[in-house]
Amino acid sequence: MTTIHVDSEGFLTEYGEWSEDLAAELAARIGIELTDEHWKAIRFLRADYPSHGETATLRRVSVLTGMPIKQLFTLFPGKPAKKMAYVAGLPKPRGCV
Amino acid sequence: MRRLVILGAGTAGTMVANKLRRRLALDEWQITVIDRDPEHLYQPGLLFVPFEPEPPDLLKSRRGLLRRGIQLLIGEVGALDTENKTVRLADGGVVGYDYLVIATGTSPRPDQTPGMLGPQWHRSIHDFYTYDGALAVRDALQSFPGGRLVVHVVDQPIKCPVAPLEFTFLAEAFFRRRGMRDQVEIVYVTPLDGAFTKPVASRFLGRLLDERKIAVETDFLVERIDAERKTLVSYDEREIGYDLLVTVPLNMGADFLGDSGLGDELNYVPVDKRTLQSIAHPDVFAVGDANDLPTSKAGSVAHFSSEIFVENFLQYVDGRAMTHRFDGHANCFVETGDGKGLLIDFNYDTEPLPGRYPLGRLGPLSLLRETKANHWGKLAFRWIYWHLLLPGRRLPVPNKMSMTGKHRPGEEVRP
Repeated sequence: MTTIHVDSEGFLTEYGEWSEDLAAELAARIGIELTDEHWKAIRFLRADYPSHGETATLRRVSVLTGMPIKQLFTLFPGKPAKKMAYVAGLPKPRGCV
Repeated sequence: MRRLVILGAGTAGTMVANKLRRRLALDEWQITVIDRDPEHLYQPGLLFVPFEPEPPDLLKSRRGLLRRGIQLLIGEVGALDTENKTVRLADGGVVGYDYLVIATGTSPRPDQTPGMLGPQWHRSIHDFYTYDGALAVRDALQSFPGGRLVVHVVDQPIKCPVAPLEFTFLAEAFFRRRGMRDQVEIVYVTPLDGAFTKPVASRFLGRLLDERKIAVETDFLVERIDAERKTLVSYDEREIGYDLLVTVPLNMGADFLGDSGLGDELNYVPVDKRTLQSIAHPDVFAVGDANDLPTSKAGSVAHFSSEIFVENFLQYVDGRAMTHRFDGHANCFVETGDGKGLLIDFNYDTEPLPGRYPLGRLGPLSLLRETKANHWGKLAFRWIYWHLLLPGRRLPVPNKMSMTGKHRPGEEVRP
């Protein structure tokens, strides 16, 4: 049993504590079973974060992966940007003020 | 001669050009500013246009706002070549640079949402971030027989992120004054999960909307507008009907930035958030709304960050290390209707908090609280903008955010 650090809403606070197994478990908690399409988005978010310094927005994921926003809504229903960040173990995306 | 080229003579570009003209030797530096049109629009004034009987004068000549010794070229930028350090204009002209400052801002793009542009544009579908748009909103409000007014934001980030809320408050007060408030349903539709991004201000502004009986629809990301059915349709297939729609279209940086590979997915230039230096090209900086700083796209940010930028730039061109650090400081007056406003002040790390904002001899202003003084502050800002800010004179406010006067509320924020 490994310990992970999360914020008050359950988002991982340590980039390095994430693993693919953990992602599957986090996804299950919000009722999502990960398919290849889910992984495509999640892997992009993981790869983008260290260089970009911020969790990718929905639009960024869509433009840079070529996955339509509509599809992301289908894969991560309701609040895709937040759900993707949650599963990818990244901070909740901040809408800029 | 060393060549500095500044793209854009808006708020940030004008300030930076004027400040640097005073600091860089005339016989060593040629400063060229390029803008696509000869007039500078006072954008904060657009908010009030829909509610005023006579359109105010919001334009001044860009030439007159730039110090002597600055060359102004009017022309559309066609392409940017960062390898050869040249700017190509749409008319074929080529301008070379040693250092480039990108200050081309961000623009509303109604073309990016299917159904927004078309026969209903500026008839039942409006924007107020352009002069023509704001005038059309004025006419629409004047002749509105009652029904549902929807104020809508397509996506973040947008410039002046509080403006749609301010517009909503002003519209509510407008219909109340006309004695027809009970015939108008007002709905605020946002892609965010609350009235605003930051929790304390979001709760506070959410309560103001609530008090004024303005409904809020959150987490609504529009996919298209069905202009015939007068309906907003979201990606998750929710629908919101309207009689009058005032939307804030997707905001994007200049297309040539995307085309040149310098811009991100919204054509904003990725920069170091402390120095504003381009991540990709060290001789390129992006100031004002054109960069991807994780703070508000607002005149105050353009102002505070420009002061930091100028000091750093002087060190940089001298071959020294840049030692000044921008903290994301922003402050905004938020017009709330009935001649009142509130003030928010924040940075990368500290969200807007209640308290008091010290302001030299003029005395403190209240933060996150509706007062008449804040409204007058907002109106007085127009004079400050033309006469102090753009010429690059120092204002009596610090560049870095201060915690003086602020306090963190417990559970509740009391006005």
